[in-house]
Amino acid sequence: MTVLGVNLRSWEALGTILVLVVMVVLLFAGPQIFDLFTLFKVTLFVAMAILALSMGFIWGYGGILCFGQSAFYGLGAYTYAIAVGNIGESTGPFFLAIIVPAAFAALLGYFMFYGRLSDVYLAVVTLAVTLILYNFMRSTAGEEYAIGAQRLMGFNGISSIQPINWPGDGNAMLFPDEIFHLSMGCLILCYAGLKLLNRSYFGRVAVAIRENELRAELLGYDVRLHKLQTFTIGGGMAGLAGCLGVNFNSFVNPDVFALNFAAEIIMWTLIGGLGTLVGPVIGCIGLLMLKFEIGQQQITNTYLIFGGIIMVFVLAVPAGLLPTARQLADRFLPGLGLGGAEVESRREAAQ
Amino acid sequence: MTDAATNGVPILETHGLTMRFGGVVAVDNVDFTMSEGELRCLIGPNGAGKSTFFKCLTHQYKASAGRVRFRGADITGSHTYQIARRGIGIKTQVPSVFDGLSVHENIWVAARRHHGRREANRIVEGILERLRLSALARRVVGQLAHGERQRVELGTVLTGEPELILLDEPTAGMTHEEVNQTTDLIREINKTTSMIVVEHDMQFIKAIAERVTVFHQGAILIEDTMANLEQNQQVRDIYLGKQHAA
Ligand SMILES: Nc1ncnc2c1ncn2[C@@H]1O[C@H](COP(=O)(O)OP(=O)(O)O)[C@@H](O)[C@H]1O
Ligand SMILES: [Mg+2]
Repeated sequence: MTVLGVNLRSWEALGTILVLVVMVVLLFAGPQIFDLFTLFKVTLFVAMAILALSMGFIWGYGGILCFGQSAFYGLGAYTYAIAVGNIGESTGPFFLAIIVPAAFAALLGYFMFYGRLSDVYLAVVTLAVTLILYNFMRSTAGEEYAIGAQRLMGFNGISSIQPINWPGDGNAMLFPDEIFHLSMGCLILCYAGLKLLNRSYFGRVAVAIRENELRAELLGYDVRLHKLQTFTIGGGMAGLAGCLGVNFNSFVNPDVFALNFAAEIIMWTLIGGLGTLVGPVIGCIGLLMLKFEIGQQQITNTYLIFGGIIMVFVLAVPAGLLPTARQLADRFLPGLGLGGAEVESRREAAQ
Repeated sequence: MTDAATNGVPILETHGLTMRFGGVVAVDNVDFTMSEGELRCLIGPNGAGKSTFFKCLTHQYKASAGRVRFRGADITGSHTYQIARRGIGIKTQVPSVFDGLSVHENIWVAARRHHGRREANRIVEGILERLRLSALARRVVGQLAHGERQRVELGTVLTGEPELILLDEPTAGMTHEEVNQTTDLIREINKTTSMIVVEHDMQFIKAIAERVTVFHQGAILIEDTMANLEQNQQVRDIYLGKQHAA
């Protein structure tokens, strides 16, 4: 069955539609079904989900193992805070919070990809850059560390950051429900945008490069440039997440560059499933909810539990939640003929 | 035909091409020339440097010394992808394909680099037909047999209509039937494209090639017709003898 040119005979297409429907329903119903505290929390989850998408994209599709995706999130957060502190009207800062991290990703990516850094070194370099930013931002407590009118505030972080306002009017700040709408709208756009990108020529070449860089080069693709583009898109998207993230509590501190946060993003992706977009989002929201729950009690340390979870997943569900669920569904519901192209061909192969 | 062809400029020339790995000289001061439209076979025992020679031509390895000219243009320092864009296609010894993608996707990604969306789809169908891969179009390449994967790789190479194709052991792992089909296919491709083929199968070489270049310990030992080479005692000693004995 085909709807609007989309072949429904695959989990993939069904899943995409389902996810979009859920997100659109949440977009409109969110402020009605959640109390104010929950709405704040959900808004933060949504911002983090955008970060998870960016990681799922560059790692799962682009094959770029970046252990410092949080650096771009943090840069987006700080860029917004500094810019809005100077300008006082949020439209410019909002876009700067996307452009600055994207530009930083492009610069960093240029040296990594054109320097032909291998996977492991790339992971190490991105993590190192994140930790350098962490140490630098922590050392900016002095008054001399200011960009324009905005002091950087060192390890105390920047607080009372002015929220996003309606474009053009710095006094018409968005209410929490409006910030939720904006964040959710951004998430939907990012998800749909990446879905389209992955189906496009660009996205298919990205996957081909992930599968076999040498073959892509031998066919005439400039792998370095292509990876750089993928990485830059991911950096901009993570920056957007950071901008929305600071609007959750009008606060940012150097912990956005800390090792814990960098590691969490990797966990979201591994647990949710590499090579999917929704998987990392599921992993992200699941772990964040768990973190909030654990935070409510004093018995044990969050990262102890996270460590246990990641070990269980790596050993028991190595493919991650979503790919495993797809495989199970295909095994137990084969009569529905829902298997994707890959799965179908695997079945053909088995016969 | 281009000016280069009519002027008799060789399609490929190397001068003093050398590749060292530490103390091992895998390609040793090779001067190689072939003309437009030729189908040349490279033979030589394992470790003679044939694959390394191909890797230097396509800049998978940066040669230690020497120059490579393609249609008169110096491509020694060009990147692998630039050499591909100039029109050199290669099928590597170990099949290099996109294992996680389907046969169709493999060839589509290759075709799309040269053609618009519609045209690419048309080309893919043509290639699938030509390489008898239509029935396998939706299969994941990683699950195919060695011979089938070789055909997929050749398919991706053909989409760009390269002017020179390098084939590194194209019949390895193929059934007798498949070898015959590949013979026909190579003959057909050679009508429009210059080719260098690395092979061990003597029947196959006799069927496709006029001139044969013998590699030995990284250097060119001799270049001649297969018929003459079979009479050459030196060649028999280092290579054919072993083959016949095997
Ligand atoms: N990447 C490499 N590093 C070190 N030695 C290599 C490498 N590639 C090839 N060699 C050596 O170069 C020589 C030629 O190998 P190769 O070109 O694969 O031979 P052939 O294809 O003719 O069988 C061999 O001695 C091989 O061990
Ligand atoms: Mg070889």
